[in-house]
Amino acid sequence: MVGLQSFAAYVKKFKKSPNEFASVGVAILSDSSSQYLVKAMVAAGIENKLNLSIYEAPYNQIYEELVQQDSPVFDASVSALFLLTSQQKLYKKFLHTPTSQRIYFAQNHLQYLQQLGELARSRSNAALVFCNYPDVNDEVFGNFANSHPASFPYQLRQLNVLLMEWVSQTQNIYLADLASLVARYGHANVMDNRLYLANDVVFALDFLPAVARALVQMVAVVKGNLKKCLILDLDNTMWGGIIGDDGLESIELGDLGNGKAFVALQHWAKQLMQRGIILAVCSKNEAVVAREPFEKHPDMVLRMDDISVFVANWENKADNIRYIQKVLNIGFDSMVFVDDNPFERQVVRQELPDVTVPELPDDPVEYLPFLQALRLFETTTFTTEDAGRTELYKAEAQRQMGLSLHTNYDAYLESLSIEAEVTGFVSQVVPRVAQLSQRSNQFNLRTIRYTEASASELAHSPHHTCLAVRLLDQFGDYGIIGIVVLKRNEDDALFIENWMMSCRVLKRGVEDMVLNLIVEAAQELGCKTVIGEYLPTKKNGMVKDHYKGLGFSAHHDGSWHLKTEGYVPRKHFITIKKN
Amino acid sequence: MSETLVLEELSVLFKDVLDNGDISLLSSTTAEDIDEWDSITHMMLVVEIEKKYAIKFTASETRGWNNVGELVKSILQKKS
Repeated sequence: MVGLQSFAAYVKKFKKSPNEFASVGVAILSDSSSQYLVKAMVAAGIENKLNLSIYEAPYNQIYEELVQQDSPVFDASVSALFLLTSQQKLYKKFLHTPTSQRIYFAQNHLQYLQQLGELARSRSNAALVFCNYPDVNDEVFGNFANSHPASFPYQLRQLNVLLMEWVSQTQNIYLADLASLVARYGHANVMDNRLYLANDVVFALDFLPAVARALVQMVAVVKGNLKKCLILDLDNTMWGGIIGDDGLESIELGDLGNGKAFVALQHWAKQLMQRGIILAVCSKNEAVVAREPFEKHPDMVLRMDDISVFVANWENKADNIRYIQKVLNIGFDSMVFVDDNPFERQVVRQELPDVTVPELPDDPVEYLPFLQALRLFETTTFTTEDAGRTELYKAEAQRQMGLSLHTNYDAYLESLSIEAEVTGFVSQVVPRVAQLSQRSNQFNLRTIRYTEASASELAHSPHHTCLAVRLLDQFGDYGIIGIVVLKRNEDDALFIENWMMSCRVLKRGVEDMVLNLIVEAAQELGCKTVIGEYLPTKKNGMVKDHYKGLGFSAHHDGSWHLKTEGYVPRKHFITIKKN
Repeated sequence: MSETLVLEELSVLFKDVLDNGDISLLSSTTAEDIDEWDSITHMMLVVEIEKKYAIKFTASETRGWNNVGELVKSILQKKS
């Protein structure tokens, strides 16, 4: 559901005008009261990083203002000139039109608007923005209005079509699509008759932030601030589930689970691509695994050819987006990053504040309507060049390979105040231990599965030490995300019988923390060596070099050894609570 | 709900909407007493009050209150 926004709160939120934003002149000529709208537009300006300097022409004097030679409307600093005419005033005019003339009403009104356009054009180079009219039926003819050219609904719709024909053939004149905006929020929700009758304000206050935003987005585009690239996460964003764990057959796409919603979202992304928005992928995955749906899944709409830059690895996403930016050579402020994971969104927001990172709704079936309502991809042009842009950038991406950017990620991790709660396989965690061991395929060193019974058994075994790690940070409680089972061998070595973790929490230092715990356990037991082993499966390629990366040395039998004596605890930023 | 409670809640709401932390409403307070309370902000207040109490005022009501006390009565009457 797309909701209205409190006018009072919106105006207050974007009140202070920071001087860092460039000043942009805007003129508003309206046939209804525009005082609230102007307030909301100033706020929308700040929200869109524009310092709007708005000239508000006197109430309901559009024509009078335009024939004044010295009107501030024609000031050279004005970049966008809005001529806002309301459906209410249009209806009044319709009522005053003799019945016999009503079939020409739309045509005549168009001529009036064109005349206003010419007047403005003769003295101004600003972008001219008219608006269309919200669809409404005055219920004089009911449904039959559609069959009766002299009815208001018939003329109104015809007028909207005539307006499109006009602006599509005229340079530098645009149409603000108020009709679709009203439809999106619902006509009954966006009207407040009290305000209209008392103050001649044609929309409810809480609809004005949406109107203002739509108008200001047009100003932003006129000033060249437009979005050029859509960066997509994959797991639980482009499909339901985790490709590395669930596999090609089980991810939600098509008829499976929420699959239809993801298919619709992909269709939208593809449409954007075809009109010139560059698509990039930024996913925490093995590259081979991440590509698989694009290559093989029958319900995927997006294919590898549609993606200009495809980044799938386990690096920090801000660094990956920096890489994408470098390859494409476009501004961060022209990039939109869509990811279901609040952690990733926050990393990117914090490190790359210019990238637009929408706060997605909880339910994936709402992703598409939500993103559409943000209206991020405004434009003022469309050329054949736009359609071919993806090819251009794909070639560029192939030239640029190699990724080794590192930011101040440590500081970021520290700021998250991550906490871990470490327990044995106590009864409360046993069901989740079993579940995690069944589901984890990627970060799983030996892929041993447990049932609840076998996990409980391990908990009571004198030869085993079991660890269950629960993780919490400022984004919430991730639950049990890691399990380790350690077995003491006869030769005073501690063998890591199993180590598995959920991929959701990678790159947060959990591995380092867990290794410290393992070595501590080994030292307490008097073991001089910790032995790890990697048993390869089709899905666990990501942990191939796990022990190597943690400082273990290769043993001739293929296992990995680490001396406990002189072990320097690995650095991490997690506060441990042991129970 | 008592008059005092509504008056307190309205003070908070007025402070927030009018962005003036010094506002303290009495039953006798009128728009004359508060600089930021003009014809424009009046409807902003009306809309926020309606949402807060899940009520709807008629057009005449929004024009009819002579002071805050009458507004409070109007709210209490709708909530009873």
